[in-house]
Amino acid sequence: MELTGAPTKAGTAKRVAWAVAKTLLRAVSLVLAATLVAFVLVSLSPVDPVQQYVLGADAVSAEQREAIADYWGLDDPPVQRYLNWLGALLRGDMGTSLLYRQPVAAVIAQRFMNTLALMLTAWVFSGLIGFALGCLMGMWQGSWADGILRRLCLALSSVPTFWLGMVFLLVFAVGLGWFPVGFSGPIGMADGDVTLWQRLHHLALPALTLCFVSFAGVALHTRQKLVDVLQTDYVLFARARGAGRWHILKRHGLRNIALPAVTLQFAAFAELFGGSILAENVFSYPGLGSAVAAAGLNSDVPLLLGITLVSTLFVFTGNLVANILTRVVDPRTRVNGA
Amino acid sequence: MDINAAPLLEVDGLWVRFGRTRGRFAQGQLEAIRDLSLTVRAGEIVAVVGASGAGKSLLAQAVMGLLPTGATMGGALRYKGQPLTPKRQRQLRGREMALVPQAITWLDPLMRVGPQVRGGDNRPQQAERQRAVFARLGLAPQTERLYPFQLSGGMARRVLLSTAVIGTAQLLIADEPTPGMAPGQAAEALGILRQLAHDGRGVLLITHDLELAVRFAGSIVVFYAGTTVEEALAADFAAGPAALRHPYSQALWRALPQNGFEATAGSQPHAGTPLPGCLYAPRCPLMTAACTQQNPPLRALRGGMVRCIHAT
Ligand code: SF4
Repeated sequence: MELTGAPTKAGTAKRVAWAVAKTLLRAVSLVLAATLVAFVLVSLSPVDPVQQYVLGADAVSAEQREAIADYWGLDDPPVQRYLNWLGALLRGDMGTSLLYRQPVAAVIAQRFMNTLALMLTAWVFSGLIGFALGCLMGMWQGSWADGILRRLCLALSSVPTFWLGMVFLLVFAVGLGWFPVGFSGPIGMADGDVTLWQRLHHLALPALTLCFVSFAGVALHTRQKLVDVLQTDYVLFARARGAGRWHILKRHGLRNIALPAVTLQFAAFAELFGGSILAENVFSYPGLGSAVAAAGLNSDVPLLLGITLVSTLFVFTGNLVANILTRVVDPRTRVNGA
Repeated sequence: MDINAAPLLEVDGLWVRFGRTRGRFAQGQLEAIRDLSLTVRAGEIVAVVGASGAGKSLLAQAVMGLLPTGATMGGALRYKGQPLTPKRQRQLRGREMALVPQAITWLDPLMRVGPQVRGGDNRPQQAERQRAVFARLGLAPQTERLYPFQLSGGMARRVLLSTAVIGTAQLLIADEPTPGMAPGQAAEALGILRQLAHDGRGVLLITHDLELAVRFAGSIVVFYAGTTVEEALAADFAAGPAALRHPYSQALWRALPQNGFEATAGSQPHAGTPLPGCLYAPRCPLMTAACTQQNPPLRALRGGMVRCIHAT
């Protein structure tokens, strides 16, 4: 009998430390790469940030423009500018948004909560609905109901987010008037006065849009996983031992598809983030997504880089959780301590 | 073998086909099993022996009612004298009829071995029964806490067999229970099956390994191109080609290592190949014009059955 002995405490600690160090290294290099790409792209943009900045103000003299550009360091060579940004970041300073004329950290902090609320709602609902639907489709694989649902899901997962958002906007907000047309609270109301109910009311439609574009993918994936599981020898054997459909789903199905489903759900952060950018823009929802679009369009380099940083870390966290879950939950990796 | 014991399982003229049954393209069908008959009684091991890929596994699936989608079957199946309808198959699966798992992949990789062997039964008696079975098969008590991937080959075989031992099933169907096993291991596995038969169960052993079948089974059904060509006592195979009835059985006997490893030329016709006469005719040394007229019926001969017009 070959049983892997329990790993020693010291050995475990060392391995964990090594894993953490590796993870940190990966996170840092990822952030560097992502912000660098964002920086290069926005540097190539033809939009003149000074022009965008002074847009509202009349009669800004050439000297004043020169002073602004000088103050922002726009005349420095690009490499110097990126390094400047990086240096400030290491001191905890993310810079000032040209667009909002506030510290980038403040802009992000304020909008991150909005995006988080939106994404979390969509994430939870698309995960639950998609998983349940996928299980049903998988169990009745090949039936007419499965056929219809599968085609529906395929169609839904190829619908662009912004298009679906506009349809929802037209139908539910403009047509039926059930939901507000945009923003995260009633227009003209101070942020502090908006009630929770009003927030949810404004959140509903963008969240619904986001949920709709992602649950179909979850359902299709879950269905496929379940179909695979149902074709395994162990399910055939379970049937040969007299187990019924639900019993098999409960005993073998969920056990074998839950982990990939949860893992995928965390790994889907990136996709959801991309979707939220589109949804936020359609619904003028003041989250990171609409801010990043505005920052890009206006060459607001500090804000763009700041949001890139935060969203990269966010997506990275999602993937990290997915990886850790796979390691910790699957007995094949857990018991071996591999 | 007790000839007088009431039959547990009777298979009479079974056929299994693939492809469309309804619609316009009925000719697109593939006949994987045709006119297969056998009987399994309590206390005996009946071996179905045939080359790999000859559709033998479909027999197990047909009896259990677990044919893959797209397959249709006909003929008569009876369990303890009563017809095996799909509904009855559902009721009997796991209770009266059990499949002996072939390989470790038949266990859920994410579930500890003990609960799997116990099946869905969570009562303490069942746990005790499982421990008793493990002890009987020489498995350490802590084995039940392992996951399938942690089992060594020998442990895995015993765990798999324990699923058959723990149940109440009277009829055990073992479809190639010895794949990839060394001769000693295969003999160990079949030894356990023989004990179960001694305890009064009936075992249907489906295998390509004639040698093992001769050693462990009471009677042997020779399977060729989807059909039964001979039913003989294992003793007939031990006695040699003179005691056998069908030319294919004799060829199988000659192909055994101790009998000279003599291979027969040609290969088995593909399932569903429409041959008008005897399916063995293309390879048969005794073939005459009469053989290609129609598929010979199974007839009794010297205490066995044979599907050959010239057999004596
Ligand atoms: S029926 Fe003819 S061809 Fe077929 S096995 Fe007998 S002798 Fe050979």
